[in-house]
Amino acid sequence: MPLPWLVVFFPWVGAALLMALPRLRLAAAVNLGVSAVSLLLAVLLLGTPHGEQGWTRVDALNQPLVLLSAIIGLTTSVYSYGQVDAKGFDHWRLRAYHGAYQIFMGAQALALLADNMGVMWVAIEIATMASVTMVAVHGTPAAMEAAWKFFILCGVGIALALFGTVILYMAAQPVVGHGDNGLSWVALRAVAARCDAGLLNLAFVFLLVGYGTKAGLVPLHFWLPDAEAEGPVSISAVLSGLLLNAAMVAVLRAKTIVAANPEAIPPGPFLMALGLASVLLAAFALWRRRDARRLFAWSSIQHMGLAAFAFGLGGLGGTLAGLLHLLGHSLTKSAVFFGVGLATRLKGSQKIAAIGGLVTSHPALGWSLVVAIAAVAGMPPFALFASEFLLVGETASRFWWLALPLGLGLFIAVAAKVNVLQQLCLGDATPNAAGPPPGRLAFASTLGPIWVHLALAAVLGAALPTGGAALLAQAAEMLK
Amino acid sequence: MTFGQLPYDIAHLLGGAMLLLSFVLLYQRRVQAVINAFAWQGGVLALAAAWQGAMQGAPELYLTAVIAFVAKAVLIPLALRVIVRRMNLHRSVETALGIGASMMAGVAVVALAILVVLPITAGARAIAREDLALALSVVLLGMLMMITRRNAISQVVGLMSLENGLVLAAVGVAGMPLVVELSTAALVLVVFVVAGVFVFQIRERFDSVDTAALESHRGEGAGDGWRGEGASEAPRGGGQP
Repeated sequence: MPLPWLVVFFPWVGAALLMALPRLRLAAAVNLGVSAVSLLLAVLLLGTPHGEQGWTRVDALNQPLVLLSAIIGLTTSVYSYGQVDAKGFDHWRLRAYHGAYQIFMGAQALALLADNMGVMWVAIEIATMASVTMVAVHGTPAAMEAAWKFFILCGVGIALALFGTVILYMAAQPVVGHGDNGLSWVALRAVAARCDAGLLNLAFVFLLVGYGTKAGLVPLHFWLPDAEAEGPVSISAVLSGLLLNAAMVAVLRAKTIVAANPEAIPPGPFLMALGLASVLLAAFALWRRRDARRLFAWSSIQHMGLAAFAFGLGGLGGTLAGLLHLLGHSLTKSAVFFGVGLATRLKGSQKIAAIGGLVTSHPALGWSLVVAIAAVAGMPPFALFASEFLLVGETASRFWWLALPLGLGLFIAVAAKVNVLQQLCLGDATPNAAGPPPGRLAFASTLGPIWVHLALAAVLGAALPTGGAALLAQAAEMLK
Repeated sequence: MTFGQLPYDIAHLLGGAMLLLSFVLLYQRRVQAVINAFAWQGGVLALAAAWQGAMQGAPELYLTAVIAFVAKAVLIPLALRVIVRRMNLHRSVETALGIGASMMAGVAVVALAILVVLPITAGARAIAREDLALALSVVLLGMLMMITRRNAISQVVGLMSLENGLVLAAVGVAGMPLVVELSTAALVLVVFVVAGVFVFQIRERFDSVDTAALESHRGEGAGDGWRGEGASEAPRGGGQP
């Protein structure tokens, strides 16, 4: 079996095993082990030569993203190992939680590695169903409602994406003929110039709306704050860290196909418009949030908007900024969710007003969260600073009049995040929740992942190794 | 590839019948009548897929047809009837949008689909473009149904009708790869949502596009925003993380 297939199927085998395990500690440990082996496989994948293996294709775009998924998959499992005992799951919920988690990880890898647009669609669909299960796992009315809204909106979204995929093949069919090849991304890109431009336009609209819903772009974002606020924290981390990336990659693939046809309407401005709308709406929405996890979910909308804007801008610089932004956002945002997750457990509430003065009451967690929120807000030396700097520079040099609203959105969002940083971490400490405080394991399994993510984000932002930079440049070259 | 006149007409007839059933779905008030209309649409979809299989000489489409018939014309409607009986919904009548208004909106949506598809596909084969216009109309009518209905079952039926439109589009494109796999995967999606309704007894949909209602759903208002009576069925599992 080729290595990329192993990357996909190994977590699924793990999921089958985890669904059979009723004991909490054992299941959490096996989950950790499966994630660790997945990370090893993802590292090995870096050494695989680029090329096709049936329905999958390893290239410079998916190698770093699969590695990122595996890293966040492992750190999230570590976090989950330390926290899962506090959730009071019965054994059915426990099986559903761990099983869905690994199914999600496998589907996420498949969505990134798939060359065939149909297979990619199926992978995103499986990932959606697995994440809906994880959002609903608490079973509270709010969680059920969030899961239902998530599922209905994303169900319509992915249905429209399938319609777009069908039209895409319809456009290519006279050129590529019959067979599986007709949905291969590489083949479609190669023949796009000879395809019917009208059909390509129609296909792009459906793919953008469909996968854009999953990527949380305004005005299709309604499910995201609920889904990230009501499920377990680990699902918020992988939703904002991974699923949004897979959806954005799907949008990008559609974009590169349509952009290869000179007669089709250029797709870049659509992405830029949706991206800018997301940035601006989220920047203002951030000020009105009173729930910490919803606030950071809105911040995900803002960052996906920035990435969409960067990809829409295109060119080598814009695309590179977008890729760096995706990677940096995944790392820093999941770090914030880990910290906020432990803080909500300590204080017994997700409300911002109820979590205050963490630096005074729990210095280690408080300072970690200070740095993590600063990283999400785009402070140097972390990756988001580098990507935002690159993006604003690129925008100013090509469309100076767009730099103004973009800069305004960035500024308002940063101010909102600094504000929430002060409320959560500084000031007077709020009372802790009643009951026994979390043990040392809970703290270690939170702070460890946070600092691993922050270190990686700093490396990405300030000292990217030559190999990594070359890989990203190659991916940007492929997508521009 | 040339088709005689009759096969071409029959494909259109079946597509048109699906569109007609979409309109029936749009205006039916009683939940059971909605389920019946959906079962008929599933049956017609199976016929359309089988007919395309015969026309294109693509035997795998027969498989799609059988799956569509068994799942959409028989099993899912049966399951929905059980749910309706369990939740005591069989007498309920919905008054979301008037019949006249929903019909007019439906006609507008179909006109939109035709206006979008026909000029764009001027280069494609006639049968493909007309099939696509029909399929897009079914898809959009399904979305319209999801927007106008308040009852969770009708909303799910809207999603499934939308998915019927997708399968109609997929079988209409000659040589579409993975058509069986994709239509089965789409079916899994709707079975998953039907199972969700079944297990959690969700009666009423949550407004997803109505921003006024969202205010109370943000978890930031006073109430928790849950309006379905099925809430008491869902056990509270543990505290917040």
